[in-house]
Parts: sequence; structure tokens; C-alpha cells
Amino acid sequence: MITAERSGMTTKIKNSSRVYFHYITISLRSAMQYRVSFFLMVTGRFLVAFNGILGVYFMFSRFGHVKGYTFGEVLLCFSVIQMDFALAECIGGGFAMFSGIVRQGEFDRILLRPRSAVLQVLGSKFRIDRIGLILQALVMFAYGIAVSPVAWTTGRVMTLLFMLVGGTILFISFFWLRAAFTFFTLEGIEAFNILTYGAKEHGKYPIDIYGKKMLQICTYIIPYTLIQYYPLQYLLGRTDRWYYGLYPFGVAGIVLVCCAVWSFGMRHYQSAGS
Amino acid sequence: MRACKKYFSFFRLRFNMGLQYRMAAVSGAFTQILWGFMECLAFLAFRQADPAAYPMTVSATVSYVWLREAFFSAFRTWQTDGEVFDSIMDGGIAYELCRPVSVYNMWFVKTVAGRISVATLRSIPLLAVACLLPKPFRLSPPAGPVPFMLFVLTLFLGLGVTVAFCMFTYILAFFTISPQGLRMMFTSMVDFLSGAIIPLPFMPDGVRTFLELLPFAGMFNLPLRIYSGDLTGASMLRGIGLQCFWLVTLLLAGKALCRAAEHKVVVQGG
Repeated sequence: MITAERSGMTTKIKNSSRVYFHYITISLRSAMQYRVSFFLMVTGRFLVAFNGILGVYFMFSRFGHVKGYTFGEVLLCFSVIQMDFALAECIGGGFAMFSGIVRQGEFDRILLRPRSAVLQVLGSKFRIDRIGLILQALVMFAYGIAVSPVAWTTGRVMTLLFMLVGGTILFISFFWLRAAFTFFTLEGIEAFNILTYGAKEHGKYPIDIYGKKMLQICTYIIPYTLIQYYPLQYLLGRTDRWYYGLYPFGVAGIVLVCCAVWSFGMRHYQSAGS
Repeated sequence: MRACKKYFSFFRLRFNMGLQYRMAAVSGAFTQILWGFMECLAFLAFRQADPAAYPMTVSATVSYVWLREAFFSAFRTWQTDGEVFDSIMDGGIAYELCRPVSVYNMWFVKTVAGRISVATLRSIPLLAVACLLPKPFRLSPPAGPVPFMLFVLTLFLGLGVTVAFCMFTYILAFFTISPQGLRMMFTSMVDFLSGAIIPLPFMPDGVRTFLELLPFAGMFNLPLRIYSGDLTGASMLRGIGLQCFWLVTLLLAGKALCRAAEHKVVVQGG
């Protein structure tokens, strides 16, 4: 009995993954239809993202350092957050555009299909054009690694990986949360943008430069420090507490919260008879 | 006079349309207040690192941040009037061209109206809150009645320069079917050069003198600095002069280009 159930689960996951990868290839193929405009958009986004670094660069060339962090260290922090955000927008783009999906009635069609709604929303709006941002983050990354004096050990590399994965999941969760709230109200969602775009913009500096109060808020209320500040301290060799590198796993809590809000919202939407 | 009347009605319609988005404006204002707060914190952190190298006073920086947040929606170059753009993209522009109205003037007026209405909606709650914050985050009063009047004047002139520049992006849509990538590159460059990312005084000296000659400095950076008394005397007059020069130049160039584009128009959407 149990083995039959378990194989049912794995085939379900395999099927869902296959569908998801299918979505990705479709997205890529459709983007490639308009090749020139695709590459222009990617380049455009690449350059837009560069603005951010230029600003930081000029500030550092004038001041030299901020709260004990050098340019290379800040660049590393910046590029991790950029990468997190770029990946989150790429994968979770469906959540970011969710209000449009609902408004145009597409969501009702999604609900009729025999696949998970989340899978469809995420897959259908996979944003391949975000590659520009990802590329830019990679370049910044490479430069930051080259310039900053990080003593790389296996532990530190793992920490970096956890930061990336945890951060991406955190941003996707916030997109998810915003999408879930569109079940209840279509206006006033903009406040959620602070969680995502605000974090991307202001998370470019290690959170402690904003002061102690901000550090506390970003630990206990919205757990940004778990994916940025704490693992970063270990990465930059400012602390010996290796377990800081495991903090990104804490985002699992947020994921559960978002999942709950989404399910609640979906039930509310379906019972309202749309 | 009759011509003015019809442009005025375009203005009024677009302005009223913009005022409808009240709820979005409130939550948007909330977002911006937090944003501005974080920006101030970041600037203060940098100032701590090397107070001698800090090129503006703290209150001038804080005023810059708040005023920028307040009027940001009016001055961003990458936000084009959706209505206008859609009409180019789906071919509705053909009808517009048949009307006895200059397309350039109409777009200009519509864009200005849209921006003023959004900015009015957003800036009032934002500025009100900014005046009530505790020091050092508080928005300080202007440096005097004359700077304030000049601030208001250059703000409107700056809006003119911004919209005149925006016109080019609309006209670009005439020539290329899919201008998004180019637009993005263009506008990100402009955003940076106009001091929207970091105030121009923070740039190294050589770069800054060059940038101040470009039209972008006259869009946003100029009025904000005049407000806090950061820019006075001869350099201020030079800045205003440059702003007027660019306003006229961009308007004339834009109109000429528009006329050329109208001859060449490709109507999309059948």
C-alpha cells in the first residue's frame, strides 16, 4: 500500500518537473522568434542594472569605505542580492504579474486544468528575458570575488550557495505573498513592493550600515539578515561562527506562511464564485 | 486662443484621470516614505566614514532625498504615457494624425498633465510626513523666499525638459517596431546622468562639470539643489540658463523630428 502511494508521489513530481521544463523551453523558443528585440532587451536590462553599481562605485571612490566595509565586500553583498532577485523574478515572474493573470480571467482557466495552479502560474510566466539581470549579477559577482579578500574554504562556498538559494526563495515567497493578497484586494498591493524591490535596492549594502534598529527589524520581523547579514559575516571572515552560514535555511518558515496565505486565498477566491 | 483652449481640455481630462488612482497613491506614498528613510540612512552611514569628503550639508541631502521621492513620479524618463504609447503600438495614431491638432503639442500636454497629476497626488502626503519626521530625517524649509520661488520655477522648467526628452522616446517608437531595449538603455543612462541615482555633487569633479553641461542636470538635480541653497549665485544662474537653453533646443529638435516621422509613419495593427 505504502510503496504504491510513494511511487505515486515520485511520478507526480517527475511529471510536474517535466511540465515545468516544457514551459521553460517554450518560453525560450518564443523569445527567440524575435531575436533582435530579445537581445536588445537583455542588453538593456544588463545596462540598467549597471546603474546601481555605478552609484555605489562613485560613493566609494569618494568615501573609501562605509562602516568598515570595503568596495569589494559591498560588491559581493550587492551581487548576491541582485542574483537572488534576478533568479526570483525569472522563476517567480508569474507571481509578480499575478494581478494581471486574475484580472484577465486567465486564472479561472488555470483552475480548470488538472495540474497544480502554482506550477502553471510559475511556468507560464517564466521570464527568460531576466537573463540580462542574471548575467549582470554574475559579472558583478566575479569582480567582487576577485577584489574582495575572502579566504575561500568549502564552508564558505557552501555558505554562498545557501545565501543564493535562500535569498531567491525568500524573494519568490514575497512575490507569492503579494500574489496571494490579490485574492483579497486588487488595490494597495504596492506596499508589498517594499519587500521585494525595496529589499533589492537597499539590500545592496550590508544591513548593519543602516543601524542597530534596522538590523533588529530585519531579523525578527522580516528575516533579511538570515540571507544577507549573518552568512555574510562568516563569508567575509568577520566572525568564526560557522553556523551563521546555515541561517538561510530559516526562510523555510516564511515559505510555510506564504503557502498558508495562498491556500486560504485560493479557497476564498473559489468560494466567491468569481 | 482657440488653439489654447483645446490643449487645455486635453490637460484637464488627463489630469482628472490621474487623480483617480487614490488608493494606489496612498500605499505608494507609504512605500516611498520607507524608501526615502533608507536612503537617508545610507547617506548618513557614508558621511560617518569620511565627513570631510561629504559635499553637501546633512539637511541639504535629506531635503534632496525627500523632494526627489515626492516628485520622482513626474520626472522619471522611463515612464511614458501608456495611452500615447499604446496608440502608437496599435495604430490608433492614424486617427490622431487626421485631427487638426499638432501631434507633438498634444502629446506634450498630455504627458505633462499626467505627470503633474500623479506628482500632486503622491507628493502631498509624502511631504507632509517628511516635515514631521524627527531630526535629522526631517525635510527642512527652503533656504529663503527667493530660492523657493526659483525652485518652483526651475521645477516646472525641469519638467518641460524631461517631457521634451520623453518626446524623443515616443518618436523613436515611430521608427522602430520594438523599441523597448533601446528605450531601457537610453533611460537608464538618463536616470544616472540626471542625478536620480546619486546627487551630482557626489560625483568626482571632472565628471561632474561635464554632466552639468548636459540637459539631464537641468531636469531634476537643479531645482532640488536650489531649494536647499546648495546652489547659489553665479553657478545657479548658469544652471538656469543652461536649463532654458536645453528646453528650447529639445523642443525645437523634437518638433522637427516629429514632422519628419509623420511623413514616414508606418501604421501598425492594420
